[in-house]
Amino acid sequence: MSKIMVNDKEISVPGETLAIGMDILPGNGTYRDGENIVANRLGLAMIDGRTIKLIPLSGRYIPKTGDTIICKVIDVGFNGWRLDTNSAYSAMLSMKDATSEFIQRGANLTQYYDLGDYIVCKIVNVTSQKLIDVTMKGPGLRKLKGGRVIEVNTNKVPRIIGKQGSMVMMIKDATNCNISVGQNGLVWIYGEPMNELLAVQTIRKIEKESHLSGLTDKIKEYLEENKKH
Amino acid sequence: MYRELRSHIINLLNAGTRLDGRKLTEYRKPIEVENNIVKTAEGSARVKIGETEVMVGVKLEVGEPYPDTPGEGTIIVGAELLPLSNPEFELGPPGIQAIELARVVDRGIRESKALDFRKLCIEKGEKVWMVIIDICPINDAGNLLDAASLAALAALNGTKYPSFDGEKVDYKQKTDKKLQLEKMPIAVTVIKIGDKFIVDPDTEEEMAIDARLTVSSIEDGTLCALQKGGDFPLTMEDIDKMLDIGIEKGKELRKYL
Repeated sequence: MSKIMVNDKEISVPGETLAIGMDILPGNGTYRDGENIVANRLGLAMIDGRTIKLIPLSGRYIPKTGDTIICKVIDVGFNGWRLDTNSAYSAMLSMKDATSEFIQRGANLTQYYDLGDYIVCKIVNVTSQKLIDVTMKGPGLRKLKGGRVIEVNTNKVPRIIGKQGSMVMMIKDATNCNISVGQNGLVWIYGEPMNELLAVQTIRKIEKESHLSGLTDKIKEYLEENKKH
Repeated sequence: MYRELRSHIINLLNAGTRLDGRKLTEYRKPIEVENNIVKTAEGSARVKIGETEVMVGVKLEVGEPYPDTPGEGTIIVGAELLPLSNPEFELGPPGIQAIELARVVDRGIRESKALDFRKLCIEKGEKVWMVIIDICPINDAGNLLDAASLAALAALNGTKYPSFDGEKVDYKQKTDKKLQLEKMPIAVTVIKIGDKFIVDPDTEEEMAIDARLTVSSIEDGTLCALQKGGDFPLTMEDIDKMLDIGIEKGKELRKYL
């Protein structure tokens, strides 16, 4: 006999039993403990047929294959770069994934990516031990020049991007800024000084009010209002 | 290491603005000073400058004076950079940054003669009050130097002596006698990036500084202490300009005490 203990979209806390019974399956953010399905983070419980998953409300980024992230170079080694991914694990960018150019044996790797540089890259593999391999080969993957990088709550990234990128497009159009949003919660912004500031403030506002309905209209209004000055 | 960030900040400064939209010589807001936040300390204060937050506690102890100044009390300033306040800080013995922070605060108070050390004397050559100032950054979002020295001054300003019967200090009983501050030294750190001067840097700006000069001045604009930091040298004209900014901003900060 299986029993679901929570309602759909109910807030659950780590350790909370979400369901009892072997014919219900644990999804993202949950695990099985004997008969029980238990939440392992703070989030909204979503019931989808026989599976229960959690949409996280807090917590840091957990690397996932296929994510496009913004990383900082923290070490330059003999055969690649080590990157800070804004998560608990660092990533490795090997020489063969870094550029399509030919790199001479013994070349100085800092001429491609130096310490402290920010790059947009894509995760190709995450091992069970959370060793991350990234690549620079793909559309839009590049080194970031100029501008600034800000940190946002990883779980709000989908709201900042919006449906099919609608939200970020709106900010780009209103502020004439270049914006790149990484899945790991780093956002790169580059534009005219005052516009850049408006873009940052808008993103902070989205982060703060992401749970409210009618967010798109509110942000549109906010941008219109502040653009004039 | 932070070339991209630095050149971006310089571009912004040339356009007359900064990363968070402030003017070049504008402090973050709000600046808050809260007095007597720790009951067990003789004096304490919490200062917030924007997101930077520093707590300072003052303890008074009875000790022996130094042999060369038998009639004078003393101050001891210590700073501990808690890992909680900045991911870069680590536990362990104080590093260069912590020592510098403590020394800058110490020097501002000592050299301005804010405390008359002779008044701290209880019995010449035998017993004097030792003023121990402890600095704890709660959140380091840049400009710890200014926040810490402002907090130290605010804490000293509200310090009351504990009762002392000639033998033992009873810390549970405070007297009404206040520690007397003769002067109010305010420290303002002026930063040079490129050829521009700014005050109150945030974390990003602190990574991109060329040179900094901490200017401590008292009410009438008299200088009492300086501390130079950063890798680049300063010319005489630079220093003149930085002193002017430091003294002027000091007057502004003084209002928050």
